[in-house]
Amino acid sequence: MDFSLNEEQAILADSVAKFINSEYDFETRQTIASSDTGFSQEMWCTFAELGITAIPFAEEDGGLGGGPIELMLVMEQIGRGLVVEPFLANIVLAGGILNRAANRDQKAEWLTPLIAGELHAGLAFAEPQARFNIADIATIAAADGDQFLLNGRKNLVLNGATADLLIVPARTSGKQTDRDGVSLFAVPADTPGIKCTGYPTVDALQAADLAFDNVPIPKDALLGELHKGFDTFSRTIDDATLAVSAEAVGIMQVMHDKTVEYTKTRKQFGVPIGTFQALQHRMVDTMTACEQSRSLLYWAVMLADDDESPSGQAVSAIKYQVGSAGIHVAREAVQLHGGMGVTWELDIGHYLKRITAIDILFGNADYHLNRFADKT
Amino acid sequence: MNIDLTEGDVAFRNEVRSFLTTEYPDDIRRKRNESVSLTRDDMIRWQKLLYKKGWFAVDWPVEYGGTGWSPVQKYLFARELAAINAPYIVSFGVKMVAPIIYTYGNEEQKQRFLPDILSSDTWWCQGYSEPGSGSDLASLRTGAVRDGDHYVVNGTKTWTTFGQHADWIFCLVRTSTDVARRQEGISFLLIDMKTEGVTVRPIITIEGGHEVNEIHFENVRVPVGNLVGEEGKGWTYGKVLLQHERTNIAGVHASQYRIDRLRERAQQSVYGEPPLADDKNFMRKLAAVQIELKALEFTELRVLASVAVGKAPGPESSLLKIGGTEVQQTIDALMMEAAGYYALPYVPAQYDLDFDDDDRIGSGSETATSLQYFNNRKASIYGGSNEIQKNIISKHVLGL
Repeated sequence: MDFSLNEEQAILADSVAKFINSEYDFETRQTIASSDTGFSQEMWCTFAELGITAIPFAEEDGGLGGGPIELMLVMEQIGRGLVVEPFLANIVLAGGILNRAANRDQKAEWLTPLIAGELHAGLAFAEPQARFNIADIATIAAADGDQFLLNGRKNLVLNGATADLLIVPARTSGKQTDRDGVSLFAVPADTPGIKCTGYPTVDALQAADLAFDNVPIPKDALLGELHKGFDTFSRTIDDATLAVSAEAVGIMQVMHDKTVEYTKTRKQFGVPIGTFQALQHRMVDTMTACEQSRSLLYWAVMLADDDESPSGQAVSAIKYQVGSAGIHVAREAVQLHGGMGVTWELDIGHYLKRITAIDILFGNADYHLNRFADKT
Repeated sequence: MNIDLTEGDVAFRNEVRSFLTTEYPDDIRRKRNESVSLTRDDMIRWQKLLYKKGWFAVDWPVEYGGTGWSPVQKYLFARELAAINAPYIVSFGVKMVAPIIYTYGNEEQKQRFLPDILSSDTWWCQGYSEPGSGSDLASLRTGAVRDGDHYVVNGTKTWTTFGQHADWIFCLVRTSTDVARRQEGISFLLIDMKTEGVTVRPIITIEGGHEVNEIHFENVRVPVGNLVGEEGKGWTYGKVLLQHERTNIAGVHASQYRIDRLRERAQQSVYGEPPLADDKNFMRKLAAVQIELKALEFTELRVLASVAVGKAPGPESSLLKIGGTEVQQTIDALMMEAAGYYALPYVPAQYDLDFDDDDRIGSGSETATSLQYFNNRKASIYGGSNEIQKNIISKHVLGL
């Protein structure tokens, strides 16, 4: 039993943390987030140059061969820095599908430039009627001669308006909520028939709603096997769920630490408010929530690192935890910062927005509590 | 004990209902129902409409233009307003400073200020909190130094809601530091916002909106005639006012309106999704908040009944503030939860009556749910944070 990081992992965690601390302070983040594109391409290229975008991919594909532990270390720092560059969308979601399902040619065409920071991609994981059920896919790709015709709607496609490449799960057979009959397609964003409406999200990321109207897709755009895409899709969503959970644990820790620090300096009634027992106990509770969440995160990451284990249950456990205990920590941090906690000027409110979005992404606390129960 | 309405009460309710049915302006109704922000003019137009009917200053004594309604009538009126999702009354003038003026002000002040408050021709804002004085309000430092017929005011007030719209501000200021208790050197001063040396700086809140402001006073000369009551007694007046504020912000009827909308939403299938009503977890949470709200409604009625027999709202108004804001925030969270992924797009521009529906993200007001949720984290902080309310209850009710 060993919870310590190996040397490479420690170096990785340390270097990403240093990068965030020195190059991605809150002021920089706010400037980037309020720019026209909502993120910085230059910053994204720096992520690529530092090798951060290469971490989860195999060495033969130009990656660094990292696993869930390495991904967790990066995501925690992304959480601390409130990073708005599309790491989740490009690397974890789109990259995750390409990594699992793309053939050699497709990887050369899409994955290599993705890792280099030259290509942007988005995975269309949600549909308006599906709520959080990723198997509910009404978008249809119908065979039409030597191609498919794509029709349907997707919402909240992260990085969708910037993406050069859209990865679209579509139904090629079966009923609307069947797991069988889902196929994955790599669709260039400039293909005729795609209506893309982009928007920022409340947590200052970027997303888009997409409508497909008889969009022609060549047969070689199929990623993996026809009708058999759901396993790849759902494993990738589990990876992403675990990744945002790690991000949330990073956010919880920052919010708790900043709150403790604030209550030591903010004086009312002639003393630091941290001397009030009523507040002390609440911060003990948020500390406990942080530690418990970290424990569940480690459990889920270790299971994910072991290919033999079905990890969906542990993923749901940690996602439930950050959606309940994490939200609690965030609300307490805002409350204990008083009026300042609800201002745009202070970072605390922006952390609240991000962790709230994380709770909703890939299914909220209720959804994952049910999923955990179903898997027990 | 009974909660039956008398025939007179029923007639009153019907009168209110029929007035609101015919007089509630359609554009304001649409804005309210479609989550479009009201302008200053919208709010004034609505208030003037109530004023012309004689229904604006509900709680004032009749001699100043009040209604003379019984607590039951006030309750029914508030319920009918909430049932049509009517705009909130901007409380700083009519509900907050006016009672101070007609209770502690002199005759000249009553005649000068009350008519314009009644007709909504002046807009008031509140100058209580300061950057260093939040929960510990008595530590406030904005100073008013006597100079002939004037006070010269210097300092900063903060979290001033609608300060950008206001004509006047009522302030707690320090007129003496040579006192045994900090509370004793505080006075209640009315300041014209157009006076030289007053500047308003917007504070943007986390959802991106602008409601609150910082107000700076630099050598602002205020006539001594704008002092309400006695110099040094401002704390006593201000405390009475806060108890009114705390009762007002419980907002039980508005919360009931929103719970009703949530229950409707739960029955619907907007995109072909299974209705939320099928989701036991969600419906249990909705039921729990409904029970909590019902308890709060009756607690408020009990407070109203005791006010009716001549008692001022006391420290128990703190209980309403805590419970009311907790219920509001629970409803905010449920509304956001119901919106699912549509809570996430940040598209404030589409909350405009002229916005093209073809370009709308989500259906109706779904994307506004998160903005409301983030904005309303303030509810457990303003009007004296909920922690301070608990201090008040433990000190003044429990005697600890």
